[in-house]
Amino acid sequence: MTDLIRLSDVEKSYVRGKEKIVIFDKLTMRIEAGDFVAIMGPSGSGKTTLLNLLGGTDRPDKGAIEFDDKHIEKLSEGQLTAWRSVNVGFIFQFYNLMPILTAAQNVELPLLLTKLSPKKRRENVATALQIVGLEDRAKHRPREMSGGQQQRVAIARAIVSDPKLLLCDEPTGDLDRTTADEILSTLQTLNRELGKTIIMVTHDAEAAKFAKRVLHLDKGRFDERELAA
Amino acid sequence: MASLLDQIGAVTSLNLRSIPQRGAMSVASVVAVALTIAVLLFFLALANGLRSTVEGSGSEDVAIAIREGSNAELNSVVTRDQLAILATGPNVAQRDGVPVVSGELLVIVDGVKRSSGTNANMPFRGIGPEGLALRRSVNITQGRMFSPGTNEIVVGAGLLREFSGFEFGQTIRIRGGEWQVVGVFEAPGMVFESELWADIAVTQSLFNRPNVYQTMRIQLTSPAAVQAYRTWAEGDTRLNGLEILSERDYYARQASQSTQGFMAIAWILGIMMAIGALAGALNTMYSSVAARASEIATLRIIGFSGWAAFFGTMVEALALSALGGVLGVIIAFVAFNGRTTSTLGSGFTQLVFKFDLSPSIIATAIVVAIIIGLFGGLLPGIRAARQRPQLELASG
Repeated sequence: MTDLIRLSDVEKSYVRGKEKIVIFDKLTMRIEAGDFVAIMGPSGSGKTTLLNLLGGTDRPDKGAIEFDDKHIEKLSEGQLTAWRSVNVGFIFQFYNLMPILTAAQNVELPLLLTKLSPKKRRENVATALQIVGLEDRAKHRPREMSGGQQQRVAIARAIVSDPKLLLCDEPTGDLDRTTADEILSTLQTLNRELGKTIIMVTHDAEAAKFAKRVLHLDKGRFDERELAA
Repeated sequence: MASLLDQIGAVTSLNLRSIPQRGAMSVASVVAVALTIAVLLFFLALANGLRSTVEGSGSEDVAIAIREGSNAELNSVVTRDQLAILATGPNVAQRDGVPVVSGELLVIVDGVKRSSGTNANMPFRGIGPEGLALRRSVNITQGRMFSPGTNEIVVGAGLLREFSGFEFGQTIRIRGGEWQVVGVFEAPGMVFESELWADIAVTQSLFNRPNVYQTMRIQLTSPAAVQAYRTWAEGDTRLNGLEILSERDYYARQASQSTQGFMAIAWILGIMMAIGALAGALNTMYSSVAARASEIATLRIIGFSGWAAFFGTMVEALALSALGGVLGVIIAFVAFNGRTTSTLGSGFTQLVFKFDLSPSIIATAIVVAIIIGLFGGLLPGIRAARQRPQLELASG
């Protein structure tokens, strides 16, 4: 398989008050296209920072991030925003749906950034909702749906523009076990049948079992043996 | 990528549709702007109504002779000899061989305001026999004109509406003399409607001002004749110290003096209230941005630009302010537009006029509302635009 993502000697730190907090010091890793990776680790280990870097919502201080052989760390803010809208789908712990919009309208949001016609947008929205099994809830608003259904809408929103990469930040952290397993099965299906590359941050070891591989991150470093596997 | 306009449209739609979720704060902001606009309109309509009334009182083809340096008729003096000379000037209109001129005396009398029951100064004008003829817009609507040489008065309809004790048919006591109200006249939109009129000679006598005149009004044959008349008067040394100008120009000058105060109050108060409303708008919009922080971060992560977040916030602020502005205009229309009121005119006498909300005043008020919205949305909009598209922010 070819690499979808390559991180080379990535450095990232934050300044809090007078203190410099180093998150990553020369982090190197690669993720193949079609992989489903679960990233686990204690709070403060750098999981969310890594997702921000991979998703182009933050920049490294040093080092390179390649996506499909393209250096995204060199993109301007506007280019990065545009790149994100085409290549990355995000799935959040608390779904992050717009409460006043219907499920279909929420799913349509990323398509408003494309040049697709309204008709084509509607077709794509219907397909995305069908994939997550919510075609009959298209006109419902988030408050009229369960947590699991809302997360399915969020997944539909993440895949509607057909990105190569899905970034999931604790996608089942707000759900009961049964519902969480349903959501994870959906992600597994997206990975297996649609070839989506998925990187999922989770604290939940049960959730991590749905991934093809699990990487443990601690103090900004991965377990080298897991990375090499 | 879709155009920035599409993104702005989508974010703006989201913002506007979610306003009800921030109902109380949004309503408070709208009300603050509405009250600001209503108060601003109150004073602007007051000033405009006053100006319209005073300015509209003068005729272009009537010349007025007044003592140089006199701001108002009350400060002026014109002698009987000068009166006689002024009547012989060029292009003076004649009626039955008699020049249409009127030597006049304005005195102040007390009246009682119907609205408050308090005393107020009112203008009592002694006019010559041709005084009515050279005021072509004046109509006797009840009773008749006073008879020369008698203690009869006619009352302006505006004065009658605002002050009590001058009803048609009544006998009233002024300065020890008794006067019979024999008529009511209308002079729509003119200062004369706030006056009492009586015969000049009787007025001079009963107010103990024998042979005193303050102004002379001269009906000329055309507006263009005023300049020639002025040139003639300036060339006659016996008329030294008198200023000749058209009645229209005289009242335009009066209007400027009368309305300056109201305009100043309108803008000082308006700006102070606008600052208060601006603080409210800023508070509302900062709260809005804070309440939508997670939404904004989510949209930014999905790929919406900072400009979309900025303009979405700006449009929300503008929409709330514009709504407040429209509400303020509606309040102004319902509460006071067209209503009659009175105030102290330039001659220290009460002047009756109507609040006048002209289209330009309304446009000014709406512009003020929009400026409040612009400034109210600017900083919160920048905050929204600068919000980093990061996952921890999206997670709230």
